[in-house]
Amino acid sequence: MNVFLTLLRRELASFFLSLSGYVIIAAITLLIGLSFVVLITGIAGQPFTAPVTEMFYSTFYFWLILLLASPVITMRLFALERASGTFETLMTTLVSDLQVVTAKFAAAIIFYLVAWLPLLGCLFIVQHFTDQGGTLDAGTVGGMYLGIFLIGCVFLSLGCLASAISQSQMTAAMISFVLGVSLFSLAYLAKAVPDSAHWQSQVLACFDLFDQMHDFARGAVDTRAVIFYLSATFLFLFLTVRVVESRRWK
Amino acid sequence: MKALANFCWPEDDFSGYNRARIFPDGKGMIEVTNLTKRYGSRTAVNDISFTVARGEIVGLLGPNGAGKSTTMRMLSGFMPGTSGTVRVAGFDVFHDADEVRRRIGYMPENNPLYPEMRVREYLKFRARLKGLGWKKSRDRVATVMQQCSLTDVSGRVIGQLSKGYKQRVGLADALVHEPELIILDEPTIGLDPHQIRSVRTLIKSLAGKHTVLISTHILPEVEMMCGRVLIMFGGRVLASDTPENLQRRMAGGSQVIAEIAAPESVLRAAWELLPEVVQFDVSPAEGDYLRCALTPRDGFDLRPLVAKVAHDHGWPVRELTRTRHSLEDIYVQVTKPTQEEENE
Repeated sequence: MNVFLTLLRRELASFFLSLSGYVIIAAITLLIGLSFVVLITGIAGQPFTAPVTEMFYSTFYFWLILLLASPVITMRLFALERASGTFETLMTTLVSDLQVVTAKFAAAIIFYLVAWLPLLGCLFIVQHFTDQGGTLDAGTVGGMYLGIFLIGCVFLSLGCLASAISQSQMTAAMISFVLGVSLFSLAYLAKAVPDSAHWQSQVLACFDLFDQMHDFARGAVDTRAVIFYLSATFLFLFLTVRVVESRRWK
Repeated sequence: MKALANFCWPEDDFSGYNRARIFPDGKGMIEVTNLTKRYGSRTAVNDISFTVARGEIVGLLGPNGAGKSTTMRMLSGFMPGTSGTVRVAGFDVFHDADEVRRRIGYMPENNPLYPEMRVREYLKFRARLKGLGWKKSRDRVATVMQQCSLTDVSGRVIGQLSKGYKQRVGLADALVHEPELIILDEPTIGLDPHQIRSVRTLIKSLAGKHTVLISTHILPEVEMMCGRVLIMFGGRVLASDTPENLQRRMAGGSQVIAEIAAPESVLRAAWELLPEVVQFDVSPAEGDYLRCALTPRDGFDLRPLVAKVAHDHGWPVRELTRTRHSLEDIYVQVTKPTQEEENE
């Protein structure tokens, strides 16, 4: 546990004590702010019943942030250590492969959640000017952050995997971007295929990220989606551990 | 491989005197048995066996691509061999990985560090990863920083340090958990002569307390620091002995150089008459002198004979030396491809 905390501390330090970390946070904040401006001007003057959080999910900015930020956050994790050779010094200390992977992933997810905090500020501002109680309901905001957290787990673990299999950060970022976009387009495919009893469409329905996020944004937590996200995360992290171990049997 | 055969340690050499010297308590610090590493179809390390006793400083010498780094990686437990075993302090590197890692301080090639961290912070981080407690790691970091003269730069960012300092940070990292065995892969590469000297002094100071295995392709380094040399080439260990013994073994083939002032034809005739001279070469030197390079019969010391010949004829002599084969010659000879290999 001590080793895990030491590793986590160093990973967090490399996110928060570097310029690039703040550049990422600034970029995400800019996109969040921009999406809110677009959202607010769109609905200005007309009454609406849905919570703001729900509207926010339907903007493409949310997905843009997810697709762009996760490769940038994770690309460094393993690829940089491999390229600089520190991977060798790291792996010859008393750390296990699992500790290294979980510590890096945990640091990435903490950074990711911190980068999403400015969204709360936007919600406060909206509530302040609408004087309606329903805008900032604890349940919907909690559901929204749970959704952000879970889908972030999936995309970041995918990024970890991409970083573990590449030697350079750029390759890692590209691989995880392509994989992320593929996962994202499965959601489109799921939308395009009409509902039916066929197993194909049932499987595709699991990948319908839009609907699932829509539910989270309304404050409804669907266990099927939660299980899907968690198991996808475990799968990608498991594969990452295997890739890190691969030096033993390559 | 015929040329190489002379330098390979004969099998029985290992059992008698040397074994007693290497294993005073019945076991060495490093015991490598039939270790092989293949990358796909390429064999990087080919069935090597060697042992290193406690307290020894051993140099692993060989050209680039000889398999030195691969061997060190396997010793450090970073990756396993394809076959064969490695034991460090009696523990198997893969079955008791944690026990072995506690006992090894490893500095890989090119000394990788985190450039964004500060020296003290980095060393503390490494100490924690190596299982040292909070207080213990603070004390040890202070000690190794002093040992490696890093106290002045403890608050500086590693990326901004000079190469010599970075190298010392790497060494301090290898030493921080008081390992019994220190493995250094090319510790002086890319340093200027002053820095090399200070790093060498530091490594020499480790003798006795620690067992040290250093890889290098720089010969004087081995002669200066190491008690024993393992010469690696093409994935094999070709020779294992003290630098002095290796030189002695080569002495049989050494030449005698003499600079004598004499008429060339008479001089040539004189050498031809001597049965002890197998081969000679006479060339003009500065002034009236002629430079003779004489190759003796096996192991024969020609110097007294040459002096006598010159004295008998009344020729002035201004130089008479036997060329001592440097480790460099041995190295070149051991590692040069033989005729058959070149033809292949």
